[in-house]
Amino acid sequence: MNRQVLLIEDEPNIIEAISFILSRDGWQVKTHSNGRDAVDVVRARRPDLVILDVMLPGRSGFDILTDIRNSDDLAATPVLMLTARGQRKDRELAEQGGVNRYMTKPFSNSEMLSAVRELVGT
Amino acid sequence: MTESSTIGTRIRQRRLSQGMRQSALADLAGISPSYLNLIEHNRRRIGGKILLRLAEALEVDVPVLSQGGEAALLSGLRDVVSQTPRTDGTAPPELDRLEEFAGRFPGWAQLLADTYQRSEQRERLVQALTDRLAHDPHLAESLHEVLSVVTAIRSTASILVDTRQLEPEWQARFHRNINEDSRRLAEGAEELVRYLDAAPGSASDIRSPQEEMDQFLAAHDYHFEALEPGGGGDIDALVADSDILSLSSARSLCRSALQQYRTDAVRVPLGPLRAALAEIGMHPAALARRLQVDLATLLRRLAFLPVKDVGPVGLVIVDGAGAMLLRRPLDGFAMTRLAGSCPLWPVFRVLSQPAGAVQQRLIQPTRDARTVNALACVAPIEAMAVNEPPLLRGVMFLWPANEEDAPEEAHTIQPVGTSCRICARTRCVARRESSLLEGGGEPT
Repeated sequence: MNRQVLLIEDEPNIIEAISFILSRDGWQVKTHSNGRDAVDVVRARRPDLVILDVMLPGRSGFDILTDIRNSDDLAATPVLMLTARGQRKDRELAEQGGVNRYMTKPFSNSEMLSAVRELVGT
Repeated sequence: MTESSTIGTRIRQRRLSQGMRQSALADLAGISPSYLNLIEHNRRRIGGKILLRLAEALEVDVPVLSQGGEAALLSGLRDVVSQTPRTDGTAPPELDRLEEFAGRFPGWAQLLADTYQRSEQRERLVQALTDRLAHDPHLAESLHEVLSVVTAIRSTASILVDTRQLEPEWQARFHRNINEDSRRLAEGAEELVRYLDAAPGSASDIRSPQEEMDQFLAAHDYHFEALEPGGGGDIDALVADSDILSLSSARSLCRSALQQYRTDAVRVPLGPLRAALAEIGMHPAALARRLQVDLATLLRRLAFLPVKDVGPVGLVIVDGAGAMLLRRPLDGFAMTRLAGSCPLWPVFRVLSQPAGAVQQRLIQPTRDARTVNALACVAPIEAMAVNEPPLLRGVMFLWPANEEDAPEEAHTIQPVGTSCRICARTRCVARRESSLLEGGGEPT
């Protein structure tokens, strides 16, 4: 069965690149580009993994992560967070919020692929 | 003790500083010595006629003795006390004698209050600059933009390289994305540099007197038509009218630079200099011979011509201790006042052979360095004195080097540095400290 990844990211060319890599690896990739209704989209799609950017228009990735972890139906969804800021404070915030994996931009494609495979356990 | 009571202390102080006996002052003011004694010890409040007569007798204005700027000074001093953390084991400031202190030593008190205020301003500035780096939203935004674009480029580029049999449509699409992103990256980087260049304070806040002078001269394009012979310009007015010069030490630096300018302008009038330049070209030694003037004067004069006459040129004047007294920067040749300059510059080498001039082509090891011509000579500060080793200054004039007009004196290009800490030259015998730059040399 095709495993589904939901990519929440607002940078079009990053969306295109990640979608391409993951699709070639056999994943079904859905994308979403703003923070405001991101949680609703997660709930509607029920993906096997959420790739979540920290800096989104409308709402911060940290808030979205907290909401996911606080809703019973979504709490178990693995979340991979992307950030352009490698500061320790951000990493701590993400870890407190219950992130499964944290990646700093720029990352390599193979890093991304192995992180996704590992998190969904294929 | 009320603030007005310190009048007595000030009267006593004034009297003592003039070496006047209490009885003599009492006499002049038409009061008894014992009454004056009470006044001086702040036991009697005075005002009106007696204050006026005492002020006349002490030859000061009444406000000097009465309140004056005292209230502000006292509150300034209280700030100092309340805002300064005390070091353990030191005696506390004698708060109960604050007014006496301000009254007896108004100059010292003012200096203390002013010094404190300046240190406060500095602290705020440091805070602002720190904040700027740590929390500056614009900086964070710019960096975020750059990192996002770099991420997209990196991912896309590795797709292009790593994917076997990438369909032509996808290939074209990713090529287009990279092209788009690289343009954005270039703009983002440019924006970042522009922003950092225009840092608050780079133009106004922390400046030394020398930097103020540099800015003042640059603002006038290194030329003062009014100070040419017959120009009728007034140096003091020029300096006083400038809103760049905020420090009195900077004003006095500028005054002496402009006095030198005026002297040089008389010795090398503009008309003949322009004519000689047009005929001979930029050959300073030949120009000096033609105009029958010493080389140092001619070099200073050339450096203070408008760009339309000489093009971009530079000047460095140093003293025997290596301090940079005056500079006109030239693009492609970095000179900093913040650290010692490179001892390889001809302006320093010529100090050891003051009878001659040195002309060289120089290149610095920086990315935007350009080859420049440098001509250096010395100028004695004073006329020769018997049995006194002369005090010399080095003068170095700089102008861009053109390949075609290589002067016979300078066939080869001499590599020199800027300042050791930021110099990338390796194996330099003149190095005095290691460079901060990667691959920078160790001191030999």
